[in-house]
Amino acid sequence: MRPGSIKRQKIKQKTVTVILTVCAIFCAAVFLFPTVMTIANSFMTQKEINANYGTMISNFDRDEGKKTYISDKLNLKLIPDKVSAEQYKTVLFKSSDYLMKFWNSVILVVPIVLFQIVVASLAAYSFARYRGKLKEMLFFLYVILMLMPYQVTLVPNYLVADKLGLLDTRLAIILPGIFAPFSVFLLAKVMRRIPKSYIEAAKLDGAGEIQIFTQICLPLSRSAIFSVTLLLFIDYWNMVEQPLIMLSDSDYHPLSVFLSKINSGDVGLAFAVAVIYMIPTLLMFLYGEDYLVEGITYSGGIKG
Amino acid sequence: MKKKNKTVLRKRSGTLKRSERITELTFISPSIIGVLLFFILPFFVVIYYSLIDNPINAEFVFLENFSKIFRNEAFQLASKNTVLFSVIAVPLVVVLSLLLALLLDTKIPFKTQLRASFLCPLMVPTASVVLIWQVLFHKSGTINQLTEIVGAQPVDWLKSGSGMVVVIVMFLWKNLGYNMILFLAALSNIPGDVMEVATLEGAGPVYKFFHLKLRYLSPAILFVTILSLINSFKIFREVYLLTGDYPFDSLYMLQHFMNNTFNMLEYQKLSSAAIIMALVMVVIIGIMFIVEYWFGKDVE
Repeated sequence: MRPGSIKRQKIKQKTVTVILTVCAIFCAAVFLFPTVMTIANSFMTQKEINANYGTMISNFDRDEGKKTYISDKLNLKLIPDKVSAEQYKTVLFKSSDYLMKFWNSVILVVPIVLFQIVVASLAAYSFARYRGKLKEMLFFLYVILMLMPYQVTLVPNYLVADKLGLLDTRLAIILPGIFAPFSVFLLAKVMRRIPKSYIEAAKLDGAGEIQIFTQICLPLSRSAIFSVTLLLFIDYWNMVEQPLIMLSDSDYHPLSVFLSKINSGDVGLAFAVAVIYMIPTLLMFLYGEDYLVEGITYSGGIKG
Repeated sequence: MKKKNKTVLRKRSGTLKRSERITELTFISPSIIGVLLFFILPFFVVIYYSLIDNPINAEFVFLENFSKIFRNEAFQLASKNTVLFSVIAVPLVVVLSLLLALLLDTKIPFKTQLRASFLCPLMVPTASVVLIWQVLFHKSGTINQLTEIVGAQPVDWLKSGSGMVVVIVMFLWKNLGYNMILFLAALSNIPGDVMEVATLEGAGPVYKFFHLKLRYLSPAILFVTILSLINSFKIFREVYLLTGDYPFDSLYMLQHFMNNTFNMLEYQKLSSAAIIMALVMVVIIGIMFIVEYWFGKDVE
């Protein structure tokens, strides 16, 4: 080959890389757009929010706000006219309603995630350590259950909650949540990869089953447990279907459901509430992105 | 994706010692009891309810509830919308997430930052960003302002047949990242020497993609397709947060139907609808297992 053609090829390759990079950055901007917008808008004054988005609220009383300007068109703005923490102050110190709903989310999600991890790691150990025909069938049943949509699983859940008198209490959501099979499936897949020789060695040293579980299996699958915790948390933090059906009293509703209702009322506050609601998951993402990626990778492929 | 591991902790159940059998049972029993109590046993009650006329009279009517629900207009509308949504959204999300994964698999800079941006929507609760979507797609919102410059008529996105477009965009935004990670994992499993030989023999990137990569990726593509199909049944969440209990007809989904039926406590309708959906899911899962079995054999 002549040196000229190699050079030309290099230039061609460089151009392709530049074009691809530009495309990728454009896509990334589109993906980040709604989140960044929400955060930016949370620092606007309530007056500015009302001026920009007032027309969206059908029952917004124009006469009442005589002096406030409301634009006919919605103005989506990235940079506030005046950066202010007014929305946050109101949410945190004046209207405790939103904080209550945030707390509702916490006391629904935290017990589900914690107990599901405990129940699931025990079951996963059993699935991974001993296998037989019956076990395989049971595992298959868990997989099917895991893949069922809410439209199917909520009906039996509702019937049990009704029988046990749990309807309209948080337990109606928490208890079925604890036994959801998703984390059993993932953890069993991970624990099956632990080499048998480790366990044999521990046995020779006289370790009992409980010691093998706590001293070998749990430490070796620690990162998988983190990953599952993350996946579970983001899933339940986002829950909408269960509270709508199990909790008729909206005082108990988590913020994920309640947010859609304040959107039509207090638009001036909604952005700050939205940001407060995404803080826990965003923090987890910031510190646990690698675990998240690992967890998603484990979930690939249905069979162990 | 799928590895047959020889180091697996396997024991034939026949050779289990008694003490081992006891641990096996104690460790798994909390989970089994919970699953039986909250999912399996009540599901038999659901089957029972679907076969009787009402809980008080309890007379067997066999398939009458099912034929009733198939004739129910709300159920027909909800099924039609849900199926339509899945048929459009699932292929889109598979193709686009594969493209994103291929993009991140090239030699471009800022890979970690790009991956994080694509994953970000997964971490953001839908409820938090729903207001921005509403502003974008409102009748006098941003999208219409942009299309107006080109001379298009404004569309009332959420209160017309175009609502489906909004929901598909939200679905893609939320799910592309997860699928992309699955594809990236599959791409990194392709043996490097195969690609090297192909490059040495003068294969271009397009040839390599269609004749080599796609073959290695096929199990992943199938898995992502099924996963997306299952996720597409969860789209109610986005629709509810955008439009509330009573959306425009084109956005009335199966979960809306279930919610309304829950509110009226019509157990027969509820049970037979749940069973129909469970059967559909079992068929889908069955196809997945068969296909994964065949492709799994092919690749190994």
